[in-house]
Amino acid sequence: MSRFAPGDHVRILDRDHRGHMRTPRYLRGRRGVVERHCGAFPNPEKRAYDRPAEPRDLYRVRLRQHDLWPAYRGALADTLEVEIYDHWLEPVDGA
Amino acid sequence: MEPDHDHAPIEAPDERADPDARTIRALKRLLIAKGYFTAADVRATIEALQSPGPHNGAEIVARAWSDPAYRDRLVADGTGAAAEMGHPIGEAGLIVVPNTPEIHNLITCTLCSCYPRSLLGQPPPWYTSKAYRARSVSEPRAVLAELGWTPPGTIEIRVHDSTADMRYLVLPMRPEGTEGWDEGRLARLVSRDSLIGAAPARAPDTLDP
Repeated sequence: MSRFAPGDHVRILDRDHRGHMRTPRYLRGRRGVVERHCGAFPNPEKRAYDRPAEPRDLYRVRLRQHDLWPAYRGALADTLEVEIYDHWLEPVDGA
Repeated sequence: MEPDHDHAPIEAPDERADPDARTIRALKRLLIAKGYFTAADVRATIEALQSPGPHNGAEIVARAWSDPAYRDRLVADGTGAAAEMGHPIGEAGLIVVPNTPEIHNLITCTLCSCYPRSLLGQPPPWYTSKAYRARSVSEPRAVLAELGWTPPGTIEIRVHDSTADMRYLVLPMRPEGTEGWDEGRLARLVSRDSLIGAAPARAPDTLDP
């Protein structure tokens, strides 16, 4: 049973991390909505170093572009969808 | 004159200018000598990596345009639906994102240049450029305009940053004026770049009769 379901509001954590990771810096601290649970995949942070990698839940998160970029030029409806691992997400109250 | 000019190893153009080329050649010779693989294995692997191409994506899209049940399966499970058409996905998963009158999708990878290579082959050079990777997420409409297409201001532009294990294929909208076309003819309207979301599918009048 995965921690998040589609429609859940989440925040992407600004964790202190050294080494390989798949959470871009431009998303740190940002809020979005879970679009889907992709499944569980070997943790890339371990796999990159050829270490045993435990499976971690991967989610697609949808964010509003106007929330992400102060100078965003485009429709209010414009969005960005990204894949983020479970340990980089925390639940937040729905907006 | 270079002493080994007449006995130069076979390599890609400009490889001599690549500072890593000598290391790679030495490593390859060593691994072949130690029996990890053969020279034929190397050549065949390069060939296999280069064999997929946009024609595979075009075939899938043409099927989806022609068969609503297939389209539903494609959007629900891109990996499974691609395999149905004889295109097993080598990466962890394929997600197909449909364009609609309300939503236009654009694919990118800010972290590196993830692309569904096992299906479509190599991405275009602009896709792997640092400029595209950086700007596609923060100013997709300006990037699309520079690539030659301006979407309507009211449509939602949805950018997909391939940050982890999934790979993406845009399902373009079926162009007007294609009623009754068979799948082979429809596939000719599906360009490589429409599968990335850089442009819509080609219009019927752009094809040679």
